[in-house]
Amino acid sequence: MISINSVNKSFGNNQVLADINLEVEKSNVIALIGPSGAGKSTLIRVINALEEIDSGAIIVDGTSIHDKKTDINKARTNIGFVFQSFNLYPFLTALENVTIAPIKVKGMTKSEAEKMGTELLSSLGLADKIHVHPSHLSGGQQQRVAIARALAMDPQIMLFDEPTSALDPEMVKEVLDAIRKLAKEGMTMIVVTHEMGFAREICDKIVFMAEGKIVEVNSPEKFFTAPESERAKTFLSKVLNH
Amino acid sequence: MRYQPDWSVITNNLDIFFKGMYLTLEISALSLLFAIPIGILFGVGRISKNPIIRFISSVYVEVMRGVPLLVILIWIHLVLGQFLKLGAFWGSIVSLAIFSGSFIAEIVRGGIQSVPKGQMEAARSSGMSNFQAMRLIILPQAFRKTLPPMASQFIILIKDSSLVSTISAVDLTLKATNLAAISYRYIEIWTFVALLYFAMTFTLSLIIRQFEKHWLKSEY
Repeated sequence: MISINSVNKSFGNNQVLADINLEVEKSNVIALIGPSGAGKSTLIRVINALEEIDSGAIIVDGTSIHDKKTDINKARTNIGFVFQSFNLYPFLTALENVTIAPIKVKGMTKSEAEKMGTELLSSLGLADKIHVHPSHLSGGQQQRVAIARALAMDPQIMLFDEPTSALDPEMVKEVLDAIRKLAKEGMTMIVVTHEMGFAREICDKIVFMAEGKIVEVNSPEKFFTAPESERAKTFLSKVLNH
Repeated sequence: MRYQPDWSVITNNLDIFFKGMYLTLEISALSLLFAIPIGILFGVGRISKNPIIRFISSVYVEVMRGVPLLVILIWIHLVLGQFLKLGAFWGSIVSLAIFSGSFIAEIVRGGIQSVPKGQMEAARSSGMSNFQAMRLIILPQAFRKTLPPMASQFIILIKDSSLVSTISAVDLTLKATNLAAISYRYIEIWTFVALLYFAMTFTLSLIIRQFEKHWLKSEY
């Protein structure tokens, strides 16, 4: 479903992605973990071309994302993206946040879109918030609206960039539950996260990155009990034993 | 001998003043009508990814901001008047629109840059084109932030329009100049003209304030 081949990217002299190769099968859930500055966010941002790459190729569902001939707007409708800081449109209600792209990009009628949007928001526990502006929602509610907004385009894959890092601790669970539900429904996902318990529980594969490289790819069970690389061992000892 | 004011020159000629006021408002409104799209176009152009568009927009803004309106008026009147047979009325509107447009462009640019980068990223990642994201997501937010400086710009435009009398476009200032020339009642007439300009700009200011209150409060 996602195929990343020899991708390199630098910001000036700083190489943030160094020869990245990764295959993600349909319905797989990948947790992308590692120390900050490892290039995790950059890696998922290049998958929907929010960042350009210097060399290599990324194929999503048969479409070469960074090919100049690719209609990137069309390709992006197939890739849902959830940001750490939500990035909801503050002047629109929750429902309008969800429906604007289906109406304007996909040409859905307003009533169709509103029906779909209401169902999506309700399924994420936001039935009573559909006409509320983001500033009147808690962080957890805002992030769930953002997930609904991404799902509204009916994407084949979902990318999450530290979806719970900007949340108060008591709101982390409601967002993780939403992602867990998507995993059960068979959505293909890559999640950049610092929630180790969550990664271990729902992910099929752990991809561990450091200094712009993929250091280890392992099953959650093996990764958390017996990591192969020294770098992962030091990382885990720091995040798990505190 | 002390100066004896005679206000009958005002009361006897109210129709002339009101006609002048109407013309001033007409010229200002028409100029604004063109200045706003010009301002949006070049404001967006100044932060375009395309270096050629960015360059052209910057040249326009810098030149228009750097040349006095009076000089622009005379130049447009001479050049466009010559080649396009543009009369004083339309010459004035073109001059005011391109002059005011450059200031509006800067206001628009500032407004767009004040919208967080994540808004554009969210819009683009849901499949919107750059143009759609600008029109549907960025500009509506930018406009709310530009309302106060935009209001000042509209007021400045009304005041600046008094300069069009120098190329013989008929407005309040020209009507007053002519009336003063035949009645010699300079003090009365210019006092009253000042009041009329203030009445126009202050009314506009009040309307915008109401609009701002209503618009800014009803959202978010």
